[in-house]
Amino acid sequence: MCVTCGCGEGELAIHSHDHPREHGHGHGHGHDGHGHGHDGHDHDHAREATRRISLEQDILAKNAEYAASNRQLFAERGVFVLNLVSSPGSGKTALLARTVQILRDEFPVAVIGGDQQTANDAERILAAGAPAVQINTGKGCHLDAHGIGHALERLPLPEGGVLFVENVGNLVCPADFDLGEAHKAVVLSVTEGEDKPLKYPNMFAASSLMLLNKTDLLPYIDFDVARCLEYARRVNPDIEILQLSARTGDGLESWLDWVRRGQRTALAQQVSRLEADLAAARARLARRGG
Amino acid sequence: MHEFSLCDSIIETLAAQTHQQGFERVRRVWLEIGALANVELDALRFAFEIARENTVAATAELDIITLPGRAWCLDCARTIEVNQFFDPCPLCGGYQWRLTGGNEMRIKEMEVE
Repeated sequence: MCVTCGCGEGELAIHSHDHPREHGHGHGHGHDGHGHGHDGHDHDHAREATRRISLEQDILAKNAEYAASNRQLFAERGVFVLNLVSSPGSGKTALLARTVQILRDEFPVAVIGGDQQTANDAERILAAGAPAVQINTGKGCHLDAHGIGHALERLPLPEGGVLFVENVGNLVCPADFDLGEAHKAVVLSVTEGEDKPLKYPNMFAASSLMLLNKTDLLPYIDFDVARCLEYARRVNPDIEILQLSARTGDGLESWLDWVRRGQRTALAQQVSRLEADLAAARARLARRGG
Repeated sequence: MHEFSLCDSIIETLAAQTHQQGFERVRRVWLEIGALANVELDALRFAFEIARENTVAATAELDIITLPGRAWCLDCARTIEVNQFFDPCPLCGGYQWRLTGGNEMRIKEMEVE
């Protein structure tokens, strides 16, 4: 049972290798009062056998509230958050291990990994030199915003840096769950077949970036890169696409630059926010002093 | 199989209303699901039957209203109907359209007693 929000976390288990922080950030406990816009409802009807109540509420409204709370925390602390999604075995962990090894010298980085079982991925990230926690979802097929909130209690927030969330390997369910990230980035490896964007369109439609991984294997397999990219753009005309090999490092620099741009944008937005807050506080002070 | 998660959320939402709205059980629930939403309707119905057990909605019937997929074609500057993310525009055959509706997953209404 979670002390802060009283949730029974069910099968969720979080592995961390450093000392858990106290419940500090209060992730999204403001979920009362949402969608209860029926105060004016005529309660005389309660005596009738049946009545209808209009709800008009998103099924995932609660997740959306947790996500909004996470997003606010990330904005306040200038953290650029990427939600990496893919099928199992696309090379997400290998890509992240290589990525954090380079970027940790430039700004703070951290990783939240999601898998049904084991802490293997978090251990690979830790070995690469970045803080990491593993969320085991048990039978769950995706991470949700509430679980991310809990994982953040056990992870030093990479202020002014980048938090990578490595979602459960699954091209279906994680598409629906906003975690509070800036972007979803879908990793597709060339061994999976070029028609994945058509087979799992919701995921490619929900992602801002597609990383075509394992390009070093292209000489050995029948994979039509141009057709794959065309399929991805058919599903999502706005999707950005980068090709790389996490193993050889080919194309890695473009990906790193993409992440660096996101990090600088998040930081610039934090600065703007703080400046606006400072200006407002100065104005209040001036009024009182005058 | 995130349909189970979705049904848990639905039940939670219904149960949260019991006190405030003063009812004992939910008889029927209406959902609105867009044609392009990431949901398998049969799986959703199956998951609902399991999720509702021992709750305020234990005997509730599920009604699913499907909403059409609508998009704005940038090339035609017209509203079009789409059923899949990879459908071409029925007017020009292109893919430069943006979804304007059909992604919904909403609890519309419930009947209670």
